[in-house]
Amino acid sequence: MIRVQAEDFDPGAEIARLAAANPSIGGVATFLGLVRDVAKGKPVTAMTLEHFPGMTERELARIEAAANRRWPLDASLIIHRYGRLLPGDRIVFVATASAHRQAAFDSCMFLVDYLKTEAPFWKLEEGAAGAQWVETRESDDLARARWEADSGLAKKVRGA
Amino acid sequence: MKLLYFAWVRQRIGLAEEEVTPPANVLTVGELVEWLKGRGPGYAAAFANPSVVKAAVNQEFARPDRRLAPGDEVALFPPMTGG
Repeated sequence: MIRVQAEDFDPGAEIARLAAANPSIGGVATFLGLVRDVAKGKPVTAMTLEHFPGMTERELARIEAAANRRWPLDASLIIHRYGRLLPGDRIVFVATASAHRQAAFDSCMFLVDYLKTEAPFWKLEEGAAGAQWVETRESDDLARARWEADSGLAKKVRGA
Repeated sequence: MKLLYFAWVRQRIGLAEEEVTPPANVLTVGELVEWLKGRGPGYAAAFANPSVVKAAVNQEFARPDRRLAPGDEVALFPPMTGG
């Protein structure tokens, strides 16, 4: 399931709902992303997430479908917020449920790695020097490439 | 053709969206970006380094060589930084 929303969410309630839906679930892996109060050593006072309504939902659904093809999942959930958030606020929540832990852990990491680089969100950080758009990190592209065995980026990760 | 701009591309151009009719020799996403660069200083700033700007046609990622059709919706934006 995909939810793109301005409102906050309750991770505990989301996990409980996911697990209750199917008694064959043996484990739920989750990732909760938060707004940090510091970036590159400088204080961050707020962060605004802009997104591309419509395409965001399509991309997240595409990524979720890819995870479900790759692992035997009983349930999956991606919640991503947009709008202006403050340090400590929840940004993103990914939960994957499966009979066994390996599929849950791996698919959760896969979803986070993909959504960081492929879902159309952009972060604007506010600090003492004004507002600045967050730049992409090569480490995010490399994290995603680990899952693409045949890609050029994956070869770079492996040092080929 | 409808154009959408996001993040610093939107800020530099000063518009979130607009309707344009490119000349007939603009056939691809890459040629559209080159044509937009000539529309003013904001556009020139947004597309100073076209290789970092990403595009989506009708909400699907598109490479610079993607051919355009008259009714397409083209979004131009920086690399994504969600999560």
